[in-house]
Amino acid sequence: MSEEMEGTRPATDEATHKEQQIDDNVISPEKAEEVKLKARYPHLGAKPGGSDLLRKRLQKGQKFFDSGDYNMAKAKVKNKQQLPAVTPAEKAEITGDHIPTPQDIPQRKPSIVASKLAG
Amino acid sequence: MAGAGGGGNDVQWCFSQVKGAIDDDVAEADIISTVEFNHSGELLATGDKGGRVVIFQQELESKNQPQCRGEYNVYSTFQSHEPEFDYLKSLEIEEKINKIRWLPQKNAAQFLLSTNDKTIKLWKISERDKRPEGYNLKEEDGRYRDPTTVTTLRVPVFHPMDLMVEASPRRVFANAHTYHINSISVNSDCETYLSADDLRINLWNLEITDHSFNIVDIKPANMEELTEVITAAEFHPNQCNTFVYSSSKGTIRLCDMRVSALCDQHSKLFEEPEDPSNRSFFSEIISSISDVKFSHSGRYMMTRDYLTVKIWDLNMESRPVETYQVHEYLRSKLCSLYENDCIFDKFECCWNGNDSVVMTGSYNNFFRMFDRGYRQDVTLEASRESSKPRSVLKPRKVCTGGKRKKDEISVDSLDFNKKILHTAWHPQDNIIAVATTNNLYIFQDKL
Repeated sequence: MSEEMEGTRPATDEATHKEQQIDDNVISPEKAEEVKLKARYPHLGAKPGGSDLLRKRLQKGQKFFDSGDYNMAKAKVKNKQQLPAVTPAEKAEITGDHIPTPQDIPQRKPSIVASKLAG
Repeated sequence: MAGAGGGGNDVQWCFSQVKGAIDDDVAEADIISTVEFNHSGELLATGDKGGRVVIFQQELESKNQPQCRGEYNVYSTFQSHEPEFDYLKSLEIEEKINKIRWLPQKNAAQFLLSTNDKTIKLWKISERDKRPEGYNLKEEDGRYRDPTTVTTLRVPVFHPMDLMVEASPRRVFANAHTYHINSISVNSDCETYLSADDLRINLWNLEITDHSFNIVDIKPANMEELTEVITAAEFHPNQCNTFVYSSSKGTIRLCDMRVSALCDQHSKLFEEPEDPSNRSFFSEIISSISDVKFSHSGRYMMTRDYLTVKIWDLNMESRPVETYQVHEYLRSKLCSLYENDCIFDKFECCWNGNDSVVMTGSYNNFFRMFDRGYRQDVTLEASRESSKPRSVLKPRKVCTGGKRKKDEISVDSLDFNKKILHTAWHPQDNIIAVATTNNLYIFQDKL
């Protein structure tokens, strides 16, 4: 680390020059954290803030390959796992892999319940 | 302005109210996603992840208790956005309200814009406190009278009724954003507003929903070359031709709409030079600006990145005029904050009414205020423990190393799930609204 810094140290006044000499010997906390991260994830890309992260951000919400994929997943979820808004009484009704009918699919409308801030 | 002392020793902040459920089991829909006072401060709006808006109204100060400012009580609540599914793109569109912006009041009704990731809606909130009675052709219960039984005529009269507050969607501005909307901002001309997503900014007329103008487009021809996204945008408070937008790389661009129709070329570029020897894996991520806000005066703007709040003079692009450390002790925790995704948390910031103090949130339900004039800062906590009426908030301190003093909290004890991302300051008075995950705290200065 200190070798990298030698060549790029900018010209500064004496006080900060001394501080930087101390920094060179003590790795900055940020760089220490970077070392830790690279140790845990050696395959982490070279361009961290770049394309990969940004593209992941742009694709937020995109979960399925197409609408068929989405509907399959939705049907599976309703069979095996309860959605957050469903009451305990309804939990007992749907078990196993039976084919859902409109009557026993819980309506996913958690947001129609009034906000607790207005309570 | 009342309480000119700001965040320093002069102002003592007291608990006033808390809204929301006490239980620890937080439903996702109840997570507060935006908080905004209207231009007079009389109304306070919140939006949540469930697509609901709750508006609180300040009570008129009672003559019996001149020492207390009015309390905020529920005025109106409505479902602004519903979850949707875009079948064409297989995209789930969350109903979460990303931003609420009030329009300046022009008549008896109040108007606000609320937006989720894809659609902006203009809501009209109006009061009805009288109803007409004494129709000639209708009974009081609404049934029609047989006209042949009418022997005299009378003039219907308005009678007072219990106040009813109605919210109705007046405009729906849809299908203009491919990417996720992060900001909306009403122009000082009160006729137009902008909406910004990750790569584009559109200009709308409040009256027209079927088209908008694209004014900024930073989408590269080849998406592989994407290096930065738009993170926030805002119109200048009094120059209707000027707006700014911030990026994930820590830059702010100021654009003048008079220069050209498409403002891809900025008029000013605000960027702080970085010391290349200090660059690390985290540098770009923590420099990403999560919020940008003009001062009320329009002379300055404030930006929030992961660790700091910066104040910029619009006349100087080379560096900020002030930098405040929000939670510098987190610099040595960046590795774990990256692993638990906290490093991507988007904190907002706000100015007080006379631009002398700025405020932003942190973790462990802490929030910070920086007094620009007195050069003082304070850390306060929004918690149920300090929620006795009018009890003064005690400043908090995080111990960064060495021996922890009594009442200090060590960095490792901070609860990173308790984040204060959204705060708002009353436009005139020292009243602040601070949102924890699912509760809204209102604090006032001690009168």
